[in-house]
Amino acid sequence: MGHNNSPSRSRSSRFIRPFGALAGALVALALAAGPAFACGGLIGPNGAVNLVNTTTLAGYHDGVEHYVTSFEFAGGGGQFGSLVPLPGVPSEVVRGGDWTLQRLVRETDPRGELDSAFRLEAVPAAAQVLLEVRIDALDITVLRGGANEVGQWATDHGFRLPPDAPEVLDFYATRSPIFLAAVFDADAANERGQALGEGTPVHITIPTDNPWVPLRILGLGKSAAERVEADVYLLTDNPPRMLPNPSSAGNGLFLKHYAPASAELLADLRADAGMGWVPESGWLTKVAIDAAAADMTFDLAIDASGRGEPSAVRAGLPPVVDGIARASSNLDWLVAAAVVLGVGVWFSALTLGRRRLAPPNAA
Amino acid sequence: MTPGRLADGLTAAAFVVVFALGMGLIAVDPLATAPVRIDIRIRYSHFDPAAVTVPHGQPVTFVLHNNDPIAHEWMVGDDALHVAHRTGTEPFHASRPTEVSIPALSTVETTVTFDDPVAWRYVCHLPGHEAYGMVGVVNAR
Repeated sequence: MGHNNSPSRSRSSRFIRPFGALAGALVALALAAGPAFACGGLIGPNGAVNLVNTTTLAGYHDGVEHYVTSFEFAGGGGQFGSLVPLPGVPSEVVRGGDWTLQRLVRETDPRGELDSAFRLEAVPAAAQVLLEVRIDALDITVLRGGANEVGQWATDHGFRLPPDAPEVLDFYATRSPIFLAAVFDADAANERGQALGEGTPVHITIPTDNPWVPLRILGLGKSAAERVEADVYLLTDNPPRMLPNPSSAGNGLFLKHYAPASAELLADLRADAGMGWVPESGWLTKVAIDAAAADMTFDLAIDASGRGEPSAVRAGLPPVVDGIARASSNLDWLVAAAVVLGVGVWFSALTLGRRRLAPPNAA
Repeated sequence: MTPGRLADGLTAAAFVVVFALGMGLIAVDPLATAPVRIDIRIRYSHFDPAAVTVPHGQPVTFVLHNNDPIAHEWMVGDDALHVAHRTGTEPFHASRPTEVSIPALSTVETTVTFDDPVAWRYVCHLPGHEAYGMVGVVNAR
């Protein structure tokens, strides 16, 4: 039968865990360097952690969302990757600035240190390819397709998707069939002399009505009880409204910072490479995520104007949670009740009329 | 042979077969000619149904429909088999009817005869799939 007690099995259970922090909703998935083993682990011979995602900025200005995130090289060899759901087709994917993310952390955490819990290890149909770009040791492909098509593409390209991937991909593809696949070539990183802990920042520009941050995908590959921990930074022109509301208790979202962005911060961000879009004034929000993976069943919908309602659909919430949907539902009940009442009145009137017209009982 | 004589011959043959069947001279066991077929669908990394009942001592064909964009396995057997596969490294299963790999978005058939009336578990042993709930039971009666 060819079975043995290879430790690769336990390695495999590590690599399929998201490397967390996202904010950019980035999930590490293993790419089999060679043929995948069906019965056991498939990660490379060393099974080491190779890719760490740190933190992400979702900025929004002039109808364009700017995702800035970083893939941190943590050693090892082979290839590793991640899938990122996107709210729309990116107009550009380029190398991100050199200090944007670090500067944001320093703004909200004076110690300037990331919580170690956020530095989780990433052990490691025909989808339509919309964009391909190479950034340092990172190969990025933007795909359009349903869950099956994107899943098939990922499988064909060596991604080993965890068992919850089909449902999670469906969750996203039914609302926005755009995904970004990032493949990190650790061998190339080694050849480039990329140091351990050195990140590769990526800046994704997405024209869209409102910014949006995928959160559910942070739980991909995790067991129900495992924690999802991440930081999301938002930089918007106005104080944003969010759904779910991070101020509400029990949803695993915590509002850590909600204030006008300082002029110094904006100036620093604007001075970074590719960050010229940063406006003269803005609002900085930091949302910390700390929830069991089983409870992380939604995304973060945002109304950047601060005057409208964030979309329940974009949040991936059932329509009943949406205020408009609830009002609509109530309206439906009122209409139904009125119809029943109307029919009753009509029937009663008809009966009374017939009784009045009927001849007197002969008996 | 003319068409008329051929038709007469076929009619006569049919009559003999029907007569023999009526007299019990030819025993037809529908299960012997057509194995029991059980459809098991896979969606979102779960088996549906997660429990099936089959007759023991005769072949049962399982039609395994993988509607997921990822590969799965269908391993049926006793605890020892599942313990072995939890730590196995075999890349693909195709040589044993009780151990089947099902590529993404595909359908695979396998025929198994359960000699004894016992309950066997079927499990997908790809990493994390069993813990995710990809298990079921075959009750051989």
